[in-house]
Amino acid sequence: MTRTPVTGDVTESAGGRGAEPRPAPVPVPAAAPAPSARPDADAVIRTRGLSKRFRGGQLAVDGLDLTVPRGSVFGFLGPNGSGKTTTIRMLMGLIAPTSGVATVLGEPMPQSVASVLPRVGALIEGPALYGFLTGRDNLVRFDAADPTADPRTRRHRVDEALERVGLSAAAGKKARAYSLGMKQRLGLASALLQPRELLVLDEPTNGLDPQGMREIRALVREVAAEGTTVFLSSHLLDEIEQVCTHAAVMSRGRLVVQGTVAELAARAQGRLVVRTPDVARAAEVLAAHRVGGLVHGEDRVDGELAVADEEALPKLCAALVEAGVRVHGFGLERGTLEDAFVALTGEGFDVAG
Amino acid sequence: MSRAETVPGAGREALPGAERETLPGAERETLPGAGRETLPGAGRRPQTTAGFLALFRNELHLTFRRLRTKVLLAILAVLPILIGVIVKVETGDAPRGGEGPAFIAQLTQNGLFLVFTALAVALPVFLPMTVGVVAGDSVAGEAATGTLRYLLVAPAGRTRLLAAKFTAGLAFCAAATAAVAVTALATGALLFPVGDVTLISGDTIGLGDALVRAVLVAGVVALSLAGLVAIGLFVSTLTGSGIAAMAATVGLVITVQILDGFPQLDAIRPFLFTHYWLSMSDLLREPMYWDGVLKNLGLQAAYVAVFGSAAWSRFTSRDISA
Repeated sequence: MTRTPVTGDVTESAGGRGAEPRPAPVPVPAAAPAPSARPDADAVIRTRGLSKRFRGGQLAVDGLDLTVPRGSVFGFLGPNGSGKTTTIRMLMGLIAPTSGVATVLGEPMPQSVASVLPRVGALIEGPALYGFLTGRDNLVRFDAADPTADPRTRRHRVDEALERVGLSAAAGKKARAYSLGMKQRLGLASALLQPRELLVLDEPTNGLDPQGMREIRALVREVAAEGTTVFLSSHLLDEIEQVCTHAAVMSRGRLVVQGTVAELAARAQGRLVVRTPDVARAAEVLAAHRVGGLVHGEDRVDGELAVADEEALPKLCAALVEAGVRVHGFGLERGTLEDAFVALTGEGFDVAG
Repeated sequence: MSRAETVPGAGREALPGAERETLPGAERETLPGAGRETLPGAGRRPQTTAGFLALFRNELHLTFRRLRTKVLLAILAVLPILIGVIVKVETGDAPRGGEGPAFIAQLTQNGLFLVFTALAVALPVFLPMTVGVVAGDSVAGEAATGTLRYLLVAPAGRTRLLAAKFTAGLAFCAAATAAVAVTALATGALLFPVGDVTLISGDTIGLGDALVRAVLVAGVVALSLAGLVAIGLFVSTLTGSGIAAMAATVGLVITVQILDGFPQLDAIRPFLFTHYWLSMSDLLREPMYWDGVLKNLGLQAAYVAVFGSAAWSRFTSRDISA
């Protein structure tokens, strides 16, 4: 795990949010208020007690209460197999929930697929294309599948979508000749054939090289800036931190937490880091001041603050200096989303990529 | 890993007061869509008739643009040419009546009979096999490649998609029958004399009348396959593998025809969808004998109703997890 070193010595005032004691996994108060605090019309996706049990008896999604605010870029985070895709398939009306309700754009799913889905663009579990059709004909087919799409503007809209994802030059090639990155972009183009209120992207950067990832993320930001709510699932923490305003974390079919990305990252407990050549003495002083979980490093000691109020840090610093410790650096290191995830689930995370 | 370098704006830079960015209230203002009530162009659009029919047109396009479809049609087109050439070569010496496929004896006198011969040969085996491939793969193939989920979130509508698939299947039946009939007509005219046609009832009709009958017979043959399209569609909704669905459908055709050959199974034989297939030759009598043909068409309609409903009920309630 990449807990240290994060940003070198981060000097912050006492009482940083990262040092708050951690309660049991519950929604972050400010981000998931009681339903009455924010009108339902503001939620683009809302689920209550959404569950899916597959025929084998496996509970893939368990009592999900998810609220995606309008205008957010919502990161849906969790390791592979945690129920993200099953949730997305329920939201898109592809599979029926075993129990619970889901509303998308204010209408119940899967009952309202015909009126809701024309306003939603989706990329689910990677692109799927007709290899024997050209890129353009693939888009024409997906557009023809939407009964609300106007056939007279089809060609124009298809060309526009192709241009938007940078595939105009390859539009006449058969899709089977496309690279994975091109397929992914064509899938994204099909999600962008119409102006959408909601874009659901399931692992949109899976299998892409860093350049392709950057392009997709830039496109996501661009779409979000136009006012489209983006619901983005990923197992890449970096990705969520880079593009999302909000996030929810799934683990083994359950929603562990949801809130703004900043709040989630803040929930990761920050660690007190003291940089000094006098490691042993510093550790003694810290231990005497009830700093737990001490880790000795080369020229540094870090530990968990039991109390973090305005007074604690300056006092601690003074105590160190009084004891003759040569303090080179002193401060709190903020947690990352990954720390938060590990703290919340006790699970490791695939951080590759 | 230096996260701070890659995460600008995440509130973790070593700036004094950087943590202020993490205050819950401040975060709201950074929402890209905040303050925008509506999105230009987004929102409800009405469903149009042209938009509704677009999928049907596109489905036909998809079916007939596939290389596989073209190959199947080409194979069907080669069949009458083969029959014609074999009959021409073999009957060079001495005609042998009473053996071989239907109407083979009449063929040497009149090339038009190649249409009937070829249809009679193709109907029990070749036509149902190709139809089984197309119908069996229709939904399962889309599920296997994953395109099904994108059609459904477009949203194609499950009933509409099934209807489009069924329509394309029927269109393929017509095209397949036409492929046999048209090449048979051309080959027959090329290899054998063409003139007035002596029917199997002994009457003679003019060439024009005979051509009308050929079209009629071809039409009945195409419709004879409608029940199989519905069966294939149903099988196709049961599995996520196109190959399995194709194999099951074609296997079913063969099994049913074998069962139809057992006189001991008289009780069920009239309900097998292949049972009245060859009754189309009754249209080559004077006057035309419609009894078997109508029974056949009625049976096909029943199969379409039963298996169409089964496919619909299965497909509209199924979890699409492929």
